[in-house]
Amino acid sequence: MTALTRLTIAEARAGLAKKEFSARELARAFTAAVERAKPLNAFITETPEKALEMADASDARRARGEALPLDGIPLGIKDLFCTKGILTTAGSHILDGFHPPYESTVTQKLWDAGAVCLGKLNMDEFAMGSSNTTSYYGPVESPWRRPGDNRPLVPGGSSGGSAAAVAARAVMAATGTDTGGSIRQPAGFCGIVGMKPTYGRCSRWGIVAFASSLDQAGPMTRTVRDAAIMLGVMAGHDPKDSTSAPLPVPDFEKALTGDVRGLKVGIPREYRVDGMPAEIERLWAEGVEWLKAAGAQPVEISLKMTKYALPTYYIIAPAEASSNLARYDGVRFGLRVEEGQSLDDMYEATRAAGFGAEVKRRIMIGTYVLSAGYYDAYYLKAQRVRKLIANDFKAAFEHCDVILTPTAPSAAFAIGEKSDDPIAMYLNDVFTVPVNLAGLPGLSVPAGLSSEGLPLGLQVIGRAFDEETVLRVGEVIEKAAAFTAEPAFTAG
Amino acid sequence: MLIEGKTGPWEIVIGLEVHAQVISKAKLFSGAATDFGAEPNTQVSPVDAAFPGMLPVINRFCVEQAVRTGLGLEAQINLVSVFDRKNYFYADLPAGYQISQYQRPIVGKGKITLDLPGGETREVGITRLHLEQDAGKSLHDQHPTKTYVDLNRAGVALMEIVSEPDMRSPEEAGAYLKKLRSILRYLGTCDGNMEEGSMRCDCNVSVRRPGEPYGTRCEIKNVNSVRFVMQAIEYEARRQIEVLEDGGTIRQETRLFDSGRGVTRPMRTKEHAHDYRYFPDPDLLPLVLDPAWVEEIRNSLPELPDAKKARFMREYKLSAYDAGVLAAERESADYYERVAKGRDPKQAANFVMGDLFGALNRLGVGIDRSPVSAENLGRLIDLVADGTISGRLAKDVFAAMVETGQDPATIVEERGLRQVTDTAAIEQAIDAVMAREAAKVAEYRGGKEKLFGYFVGQVMKATQGKANPAVVNDLLRKKLAG
Amino acid sequence: MSLDKSAVAHIATLARIRVSESEKEQLVHELNKILHWVEQLGEIETEGVEPMTSVAEMTLPMREDVVTDGNRRDDILGNAPAAAHGFFTVPKVVE
Ligand SMILES: [Mg+2]
Ligand SMILES: [Zn+2]
Repeated sequence: MTALTRLTIAEARAGLAKKEFSARELARAFTAAVERAKPLNAFITETPEKALEMADASDARRARGEALPLDGIPLGIKDLFCTKGILTTAGSHILDGFHPPYESTVTQKLWDAGAVCLGKLNMDEFAMGSSNTTSYYGPVESPWRRPGDNRPLVPGGSSGGSAAAVAARAVMAATGTDTGGSIRQPAGFCGIVGMKPTYGRCSRWGIVAFASSLDQAGPMTRTVRDAAIMLGVMAGHDPKDSTSAPLPVPDFEKALTGDVRGLKVGIPREYRVDGMPAEIERLWAEGVEWLKAAGAQPVEISLKMTKYALPTYYIIAPAEASSNLARYDGVRFGLRVEEGQSLDDMYEATRAAGFGAEVKRRIMIGTYVLSAGYYDAYYLKAQRVRKLIANDFKAAFEHCDVILTPTAPSAAFAIGEKSDDPIAMYLNDVFTVPVNLAGLPGLSVPAGLSSEGLPLGLQVIGRAFDEETVLRVGEVIEKAAAFTAEPAFTAG
Repeated sequence: MLIEGKTGPWEIVIGLEVHAQVISKAKLFSGAATDFGAEPNTQVSPVDAAFPGMLPVINRFCVEQAVRTGLGLEAQINLVSVFDRKNYFYADLPAGYQISQYQRPIVGKGKITLDLPGGETREVGITRLHLEQDAGKSLHDQHPTKTYVDLNRAGVALMEIVSEPDMRSPEEAGAYLKKLRSILRYLGTCDGNMEEGSMRCDCNVSVRRPGEPYGTRCEIKNVNSVRFVMQAIEYEARRQIEVLEDGGTIRQETRLFDSGRGVTRPMRTKEHAHDYRYFPDPDLLPLVLDPAWVEEIRNSLPELPDAKKARFMREYKLSAYDAGVLAAERESADYYERVAKGRDPKQAANFVMGDLFGALNRLGVGIDRSPVSAENLGRLIDLVADGTISGRLAKDVFAAMVETGQDPATIVEERGLRQVTDTAAIEQAIDAVMAREAAKVAEYRGGKEKLFGYFVGQVMKATQGKANPAVVNDLLRKKLAG
Repeated sequence: MSLDKSAVAHIATLARIRVSESEKEQLVHELNKILHWVEQLGEIETEGVEPMTSVAEMTLPMREDVVTDGNRRDDILGNAPAAAHGFFTVPKVVE
């Protein structure tokens, strides 16, 4: 029998159902893996006792014949999700010691479906970053290495802890959040599957907000099937989130028919960006061939506004963040630094000490673009361009059913390699950001290795609330790619 | 109204921003209760305390209340409105922003008709009404070095009602507040209680020479009674005139009213060049109202004070002043109508506005807690009308009704106050008085007719006020004539 | 548009983040670089384009006026760095 930590959700579900092993055995295997994965720094908080307790409850349910859809499946949770009574930090010093008195809707749904909590995963501070180097709790290392090069690589970000933990088999799957690519880009870097659902598909209630109009939670798994299974549990209308879509949740797993015949696959001309490595271009072309071979029909489309998506995003996201992060003021939770006499002194000292450099930079940009005299030139302008970007996709989807692109313009890089230039770092998200601006579903599937032996992902973008087609196409790519490479380091 | 300065007349220009707390069970964006006076931080949800990941969901009833108020102010209802974030840091503003409405409020232009002394009226424009959250409460006097923060009020729905700068005197500002409060109370959208802070007023005051453009205004924040609003405006206008007449300029600033000293002073809180960075709240979507719902609310509106006043003038032939006073509060208007039904409306008005309001004033209670019910007051009027008691005795009976809450017939019976109309008994009393006052009778007969009133008084006294005055007059005149 | 040190200081004050003199220098450089980069949006004609706040193609859902929360002061104050007598406490504010 394969090691329990190597099972996919679908396999573990079957094994548990057949009583080949218990949820407790599964949980034990994973808590040991979590322990072994320590060098990656993928966790901020580990919850082994809780995991065993939840596993026992799961076994008891199963014994009563009341097994739930995810019963006994051990998961890691990005530390952006509030978990009742468990330290929740968003990767920031400013949330020191914060124990939420509530559980996020998405994690509650996972626990209600029987899943088991292994702990809280490291991430870029407040989900701001593409390399997981901005966390107050230190950078996460990717389990991957360039062959013959021992320099630690970034796992991508901001859901870097999630991606690293899934890739290293320290968790069976993990939750992530994606504001500009924070699920898909680290999934691509770590050779796993990451899905950002349509905006409104998963509730944002109880997830520490970065940019409210862009944030979406999603699954990070080792297979497309697992993503479908997990998304089915995470998704659904939540009356506590005013932007949550009042739509039924389809059976995503059922959508994985493998049949993409006649499907039109849009290939956006503008995604051939300057300086993109030829190997990524080649992989992309290969992806088109795979889908063609499966009976889909590639069509060239145009997304004219592509090059403006990043600058638009870097106005809108910081603007919303500057306001969302105003609540971290040392009054009701988290860090307080008292220096000087006044309330303002306390605010300024607390926020100076509590936020890292990237977060401060974005708060300041966001404050500026909303300030008197600049609002129209920056924020309002960006909102109008956002509309044009969304219109681009709308028009494109009149000619195709899904869009295929690379996930990121490069493979993972070494920790520290790109950190001096924020804009160079922002460019990591060039292919993922437009999808958030338009609110569409996007899926990253591991599709091949770079010349350096590092994973590369392909991204499937779909119509709003058409995750089913996205997942179906993703699974066809997954099969064709037959990605079996493993990271240099595995914990299980 | 013009104020005479050292160098000539000045005109005061006043605009008011009223924050009216919406009557609702739960808060605007959270499920916490709104009751006044609870233990600190017990009516707080994590949404109100702006905990990480918490999201707002709007209370439909608060929206309905805002629409109802807008309709009551004869205002434009905007079928699409938008919630914005107003960003600033303060200890009792948990999120670091207030959810408010900026460019697209739920209610647009409307108007209020002021009832001025002498029955005059004057129209004041309403610029807008928007929905927003209240902040928490900071207590600065509980500890030598700390401010205490209670978030019970944080998130309670407010309607900010902004007037045009149409008022020209402290009296008009007072009349505006009274009328606004009256309308809100009729509508049941705000209890108008300024002491408990459910209605708070910011006054924008400037002065100018008549006919000149508006001067620089100062905003006096959070004044909490009608009287203080009038005092604050009066003080502030005189202060500004003094500054200007001394060759100074007015600095646009936020001031506080010190009700103990009757003065305004600049707020000491550092005002970091206010820049609220308003932008649409991405946690909320545009608020879209169904026109049919708005119509439903319109059809459910009660008769409002202006309409009621007009009807009282028409139906009951009351003066504008009396009708205005009676219509100012729904409770007094209803009370009056119950008294006036089937009786002389003028007399009913006199009793309600004179005796009853006087008594309530002395007792310091509202009409809802009046010891005299409308039915009993009506019966009292009936007793006068059918001659059971005299108008003068009615005053005494009324006083007893206030004291005991009993119905007037019982009081009249128990105290033997029934009016004497028996001419024989009255004649007897007159004869006695005339016999006792023979000298005065002679004077009267000698032409000093002014003494007639004296004889009436004596006879009434002799009958303990129970004699029917008309009969007394009649008989006395005949007997004195000899 | 270009930011100078005093503008950076003003933004830092609005955002209530204390920045040292040396941080200000660096921020002038970094923020200007980002701002100049985003200013490429100026190339796009957006006349008459409706600004997009949300991608959710729906209107605001409303809840009923029912009390569903409160009476949980321990939850509310439980994470507070400073509290006394049921209140949050902060350095004294003089109005
Ligand atoms: Mg105001
Ligand atoms: Zn206001």
